[in-house]
Amino acid sequence: MKPLSKVYLLLTGLVAFSGSWVHAAEVNLYTTREPVLMQPLLKEFSQKTGVKVNTVFIKDGLLERVKAEGRRSPADVMLTVDFGNLVDLVESGLTQRVDSKILNKSIPGNLRAANGHWYALSMRARAVYVSKDRVPLSAISYEDLANPKWKGKICIRSGSHPYNTGLIAAYIAHHGEKEAETWLRGVKANLARPASGGDRDVARDILGKICDIGVANTYYVGTMRTGDAEQQRWGNAINVVLPRFKNGGTHVNVSGAVVSKYAPNRKEAVQLLEFLASDHAQAIYAKSDFEYPVKPGVKIDPIIASFGKLKVDSIRLSDIARHRKTANLLVDKVQFNH
Amino acid sequence: MPNKKFAFRPLFSLSGLLTLLACLPVLALVWTALQGNSEIWQHLIRYVIPPTLVETSVLLLGVGVLTILIGTGSAWIVTAYQFRGRAFLDWALLLPLAVPTYIIAYSYIDILHPIGPVQSLFREGLGLDMQQFWFPNIRSVWGGIFLLSFVLYPYVYLSTRAMFLMQSASLIEVARSLGLKPNQVFLRVAMPLARPAIAVGTSLVLMETINDIGATEFLGIRTLTLSIYSTWINQSDLASAAQIAIFMLMIITFLVIVERLGRRKQRYMNSAQRSRLMPAQPVTGSRALTLFVLGLIPVTIGFLIPFSHLLVESYKRIQYAGFSEYLLQASINTLTLASIATFITILVGFFIVSAARFSRTTWFSRISSLGYAIPGTVLAIGLMLSLGALDHAVADFFEFQLGISTGLLFLGTSFTLIYVYAVRFLAISIGSIESGYNRIHAVLDDAACNLGQNKRDILWRVHFPLLRPAIISAALLIFVDCMKELPATLLLRPLNMETLATQLYAEASRGTYEDGAIAALLIVLVGLIPVILLARMSKNSR
Repeated sequence: MKPLSKVYLLLTGLVAFSGSWVHAAEVNLYTTREPVLMQPLLKEFSQKTGVKVNTVFIKDGLLERVKAEGRRSPADVMLTVDFGNLVDLVESGLTQRVDSKILNKSIPGNLRAANGHWYALSMRARAVYVSKDRVPLSAISYEDLANPKWKGKICIRSGSHPYNTGLIAAYIAHHGEKEAETWLRGVKANLARPASGGDRDVARDILGKICDIGVANTYYVGTMRTGDAEQQRWGNAINVVLPRFKNGGTHVNVSGAVVSKYAPNRKEAVQLLEFLASDHAQAIYAKSDFEYPVKPGVKIDPIIASFGKLKVDSIRLSDIARHRKTANLLVDKVQFNH
Repeated sequence: MPNKKFAFRPLFSLSGLLTLLACLPVLALVWTALQGNSEIWQHLIRYVIPPTLVETSVLLLGVGVLTILIGTGSAWIVTAYQFRGRAFLDWALLLPLAVPTYIIAYSYIDILHPIGPVQSLFREGLGLDMQQFWFPNIRSVWGGIFLLSFVLYPYVYLSTRAMFLMQSASLIEVARSLGLKPNQVFLRVAMPLARPAIAVGTSLVLMETINDIGATEFLGIRTLTLSIYSTWINQSDLASAAQIAIFMLMIITFLVIVERLGRRKQRYMNSAQRSRLMPAQPVTGSRALTLFVLGLIPVTIGFLIPFSHLLVESYKRIQYAGFSEYLLQASINTLTLASIATFITILVGFFIVSAARFSRTTWFSRISSLGYAIPGTVLAIGLMLSLGALDHAVADFFEFQLGISTGLLFLGTSFTLIYVYAVRFLAISIGSIESGYNRIHAVLDDAACNLGQNKRDILWRVHFPLLRPAIISAALLIFVDCMKELPATLLLRPLNMETLATQLYAEASRGTYEDGAIAALLIVLVGLIPVILLARMSKNSR
């Protein structure tokens, strides 16, 4: 073991310090956004600006990590999906105000914090997938998902997943807690299988005749229909309907960014945000990630465009965010996941 | 027999210090839990705890019973009988260790899906339509019991098999001569004698089960651990989540104490001399074939099927998207981290348990094993909180006293990762080394002492060599566990660093695990290395 332990020591040293070299122009990115999606964008940013991007992809606990690192945190930019996460970061005092004319011009007012603490960079709609063969359906409301005619026919992922939390919170914002509870019980009664799995499983389970319709995000359809043969089978088994609230529009969620409060590379951080909001980067979001660009005028991918015109719900995301806690308590209360 | 001359002070102090370090994350969690209020508990007790507690108990009970059946049954087959193919089964039964729970879950969801190969084949054979055809749903607590058991049973197999191999021939022969049939020998003599080993193996299995997040989430099983997560993530209420985690920790500690009390009065110490080992009974013909097939079932379900599935998926993936350049680096990182962490975890476990040997108190061993009973991410948060405080204190000192700006020295480096692995898997090291020590009779210590050896000599020249088999099997389990570890790694790793598990997660995070098939296959392949090493070593010691 003697010579080996020396190797161990050497290796510990190497591994331990490989992450903390300091380069000239660089920006440190903490992201809960899938790296597969971010890599092409970040590569391009580095090529264009010469700024090196160091990334760490984290799932849960981004907030806790940055909090523990405190004023010595190397984090410059934090990218997350779900507006709830953005609001949480701001409310924990981990972000700073960004005052960029470019960002304020590119991103519509309802898709950024009024005080400049967070900016949405892409948008997706909570859609309904419908079996191509078995269900002729061209329009549906979220309210209708609780209609008993769908008994045993609906697939959906866990009610505690942020995408569903957002939807339920939006329902509360529209109809109040009491009606939302009744609705959620109705949807639960209509489920074909326990609320679990991911959004793509909805398409797969529709193909497998486990259910006829299901709730899932729009961009998955793009990735499935352009994926390998198996994925294409799933993606082509369904049609997509953009549901609306009876008194509103379609529920959307966003991915977005904040600049961290103690960002050591503030200038590069803002530079990265501005790049991600540029026409070029927004087009990549639309083309390779199949998301709705936040910047007006950037073209939507044809697959996504084929779902019809997106009428974004009128209630502001920051107002919906207030109901997230209640939404989660409801999910437990109606035993949605059991 | 507490013996004054045996008190080994430096070792005792070291052991105390290590125990304290191992407890830091738990202490931080207790502190966090105390910050919270009890507001949410009314909701939790009314809606969350009862159903999740029931589902968690069913899962634990099912997995416990099934892993004991598979683990001890297969261990008995390969130790009590001699037949063609036994040598192969002997090591093949370890293979499922290399398959992480989240991978087996994803494989079987895929294979058993209505549009997957199994159901399609059945339907075509029977000429039925999808909706006419009923098939058990893998996405259920029963599916979870089935899948988890078939990848976790090696923990029981490994510990029990070692015990069966050590069993003295005389006991078995007496039982046989008294007219017990082979299965009676197994149930009434071998099983009760192996109880400590079964308990060690099963408790590892149960803790892996209760802390599992990947597979249970896939399968839609609502466990207590998931409710910790949803309280933390969805309610943004870390304090309450910490309270549930501590509550779960207390339940587990209680169960472990009950089991220990249950066998307090029984003594299992082997005699100091090496007794004649139980000879394997030669079997031929159809009985041999039956035994072989029986032994092959767990290997097939726990390894061969998911492994073949991964091979097929990886092949498709390489055809479609090529081989990711990051995978090589990720493999190197994984191997390096797992090796260092294994080395440290074994060393720390050895110090803590041997201190217990000299001082005759097992408190340190018990307390420092707690990390295994806490879900990975939660433990990681506990570590971030405690280590973060230490980190800032050190950096403050350098900054304000010496005027040097060091930045953070621990958080966001590999040090933290190795630390969390060590805390998480120390229980494996301690459990295994402890049961190894149980087989070293105290007479040997006295003899060595009388022969003029000092305590350090006894430790390194008597105990350490005798503990080798126990250490090797613990090292295997720890290595494989470090390699598969996902939640803590994901949260704590440095910038720009991926392991195979995080790479798999990154590639699969957008919806389907097919995208991560190559990384998954690599995890299994790298995991095979120590499994095969262990198999070879244990063959030599037979």
